[in-house]
Amino acid sequence: MTAASILFALLFYLAALLFAGGLVYRVNDYARTPAPLKIPTTPAPITNGGVVLRMTREVLLFESLFKSNLWTWALGWIFHMSLALVIIRHLRYFTEPVWSWVVLIQPFGIYASLPMVIALAGLLVRRLFVERIRYISTPSDNLMLALLLLIALSGLFMKFIAHTDIIGVKTFVLGIMRFELQPLPANGVLYLHLFMVATLLIIFPFSKLLHAPGVFFSPSRNQIDNPREKRHLAAWAAKLESGK
Amino acid sequence: MATEITAPAYRIIPIIPALKPGAMAETKSFVANEKIQEAIGFPGKLVDDWHDRAITRMGELLAKYRSLKVFLDACVHCGACSDKCHYFIGTQDPKNMPVARQDLLRSVYRRYFTLPGKLFPKLVGARDLTREVLDEWYTYFYQCSECRRCSVFCPYGIDTAEITMAAREILDSVGYGQKYSNEIIGKVHKIGNNLGLPGPALADTLEGLEEDVKEASGFDVRFPLDVKGAEVLLITPSADFFAEPHIDSLIGYAKVFHAAGISWTLSSMASEGGNFGLFIGNYDQMRKIALRIREAALEFGVKRIVVGECGHAWRVAYSFWNTLTGIGDGANDPFALQLQKQLDHRYKQPMHICELTWDLIERNAITLDKEANDQHIITFHDSCNVARASRMGDILGGQFEIPRNIIMASANHFFEMGDGTTHEKTFCCGGGGGLLTDDLLELRVKGALPRMEVLQRVADNHGVNFMATICAICKAQFTKVLPIYGFDRRMVGGVHQLVSNAIRLGDK
Repeated sequence: MTAASILFALLFYLAALLFAGGLVYRVNDYARTPAPLKIPTTPAPITNGGVVLRMTREVLLFESLFKSNLWTWALGWIFHMSLALVIIRHLRYFTEPVWSWVVLIQPFGIYASLPMVIALAGLLVRRLFVERIRYISTPSDNLMLALLLLIALSGLFMKFIAHTDIIGVKTFVLGIMRFELQPLPANGVLYLHLFMVATLLIIFPFSKLLHAPGVFFSPSRNQIDNPREKRHLAAWAAKLESGK
Repeated sequence: MATEITAPAYRIIPIIPALKPGAMAETKSFVANEKIQEAIGFPGKLVDDWHDRAITRMGELLAKYRSLKVFLDACVHCGACSDKCHYFIGTQDPKNMPVARQDLLRSVYRRYFTLPGKLFPKLVGARDLTREVLDEWYTYFYQCSECRRCSVFCPYGIDTAEITMAAREILDSVGYGQKYSNEIIGKVHKIGNNLGLPGPALADTLEGLEEDVKEASGFDVRFPLDVKGAEVLLITPSADFFAEPHIDSLIGYAKVFHAAGISWTLSSMASEGGNFGLFIGNYDQMRKIALRIREAALEFGVKRIVVGECGHAWRVAYSFWNTLTGIGDGANDPFALQLQKQLDHRYKQPMHICELTWDLIERNAITLDKEANDQHIITFHDSCNVARASRMGDILGGQFEIPRNIIMASANHFFEMGDGTTHEKTFCCGGGGGLLTDDLLELRVKGALPRMEVLQRVADNHGVNFMATICAICKAQFTKVLPIYGFDRRMVGGVHQLVSNAIRLGDK
């Protein structure tokens, strides 16, 4: 067992813990914070089913972004959809035997990495060269894109140029999941890839990546437009009434 | 102002403007004095421990408002909103981009409430709350009209209005309030309306109106005040009582009630539909102002509450009254229970005057002669709070259809303004959200640019000479800025002004 294997195993336990724990904490926090007023951006759905549809369109199609700017929408949507396919494809390294639907998606997952890289590069170019976007960008905005880009490129490198011992990688991953440590193939690009993925997981609950759970808690999108029909009252606001 | 304010040039094609950093850094509305501040329970002047108190208040708001917490966390700086604000388009100041405006507050949130901001402030754009930052908040959060246009385009629905309201609330809590908004709130509590028009003066005005209408139409159209037992309590912006063109819509409402035989009354105590508590993001003020209306409704024993042409008043009435005062159902304090028992629930409570009028038109309960408006070639300006923060009628988008239906039932010539500037994508008039003050005139003129560009186009292409709208602030703002863009100031008017021209009194 190499020191690298042990270090990476520890890193992934830590990353998984922070990622899951952090997200649970955030989601719980969002869910517990009251939304005292009805503030859907109208026209808004007037039924519960309508809200489900609105949220679905928002999450799967990025409807509002589409209304805003076609370029941003195209780059952002392609990136996210490709990323989803790529992540699903990677489930094959976590399951034995590999689930059949993951097998089915495998070729799409492989080729999705190309549009993902292109979209990420486009987003980065936009950040660096469009005046307004450069103005609002912080160093972390650029670094996150760079991080994702490097993860994708190192993955592509191992898939298409210099293969790593993928059987060994899977054995290592399954070992982590079963708490039976297995050796990680010694490979610099693989180390880089895994290190950056762990970094991404760790910063997720502390950064703007919270937009993923956040969108589901956005009152302007998830509220039903029925204030006249149904009273909406937060607990802290209800307390004001006893004083009256 | 020393220099004369002129209109910015129309953009040849509506391209996204280049940035002019600091362009509006010196434009600051007057700060409230001690008397104004203390009258509504805020510290008179900037307190010594403003830094700690501001951070504490921010923490309290984060615990009370999910919108604030999620919106501060979720922004990815994608820039979808960056070219959507009328103030950015008109001023080119990058801090008027919605995302940059939010970042003024978000940067401080990150510094004091998030781990990366505490550890690596530079990396994530976090900064300490300094006096300069506080002043910057005051400057730029009073350059936002809380119109919500940015929230339409944000992939997470982030509404800059919520951020602006939180920032203003923090500023008020440390004694750094705005003269215009806070003075008006004081007047509402003391006198009953935003304009400070006392009861006797209001009674006089209404009497004069009865005489004017009698002279012009030959009919005894009443403008009742403080009448117990009336069916309808009309809550309307106080500008309707004396400002031009607002008063013509008030005459329109009165004629509609007259023609339909509905008894109604105004209230001298609650002679104001506007609720500036919304603008400063203060729940207590908003609630207190709304409760006056419940009190008036209980006092007069009315069956219905109807709201006149006012954008943010309709937002507060439609979206918040039920929450604040229990006007509809669900509330169980004795006042709310009494109100619910008293109101006639066959009608929507509250109801917009446009809903009432359109219902009468649909039922043929009133008759309109369209030819009476033939001198007007009309377009409709959707007001932001009606378009993006409320609804009318039973269907999604009723707030767009009903006023247009009324216009088309009252007139023969109607044209839409185009290019994604109507319905939920409408541009703010440039004067909403507590900015309708002359110390911000430069901002107001520049902020009107995108609306004026499109108005110019329908004026050129279709000869449009009348822009109807259902908001008192829009009417006042356009009356002021239209001449600066070379239009006739009388070009703007209410929907019920058109109804007033067309309605047949006497038969039916």
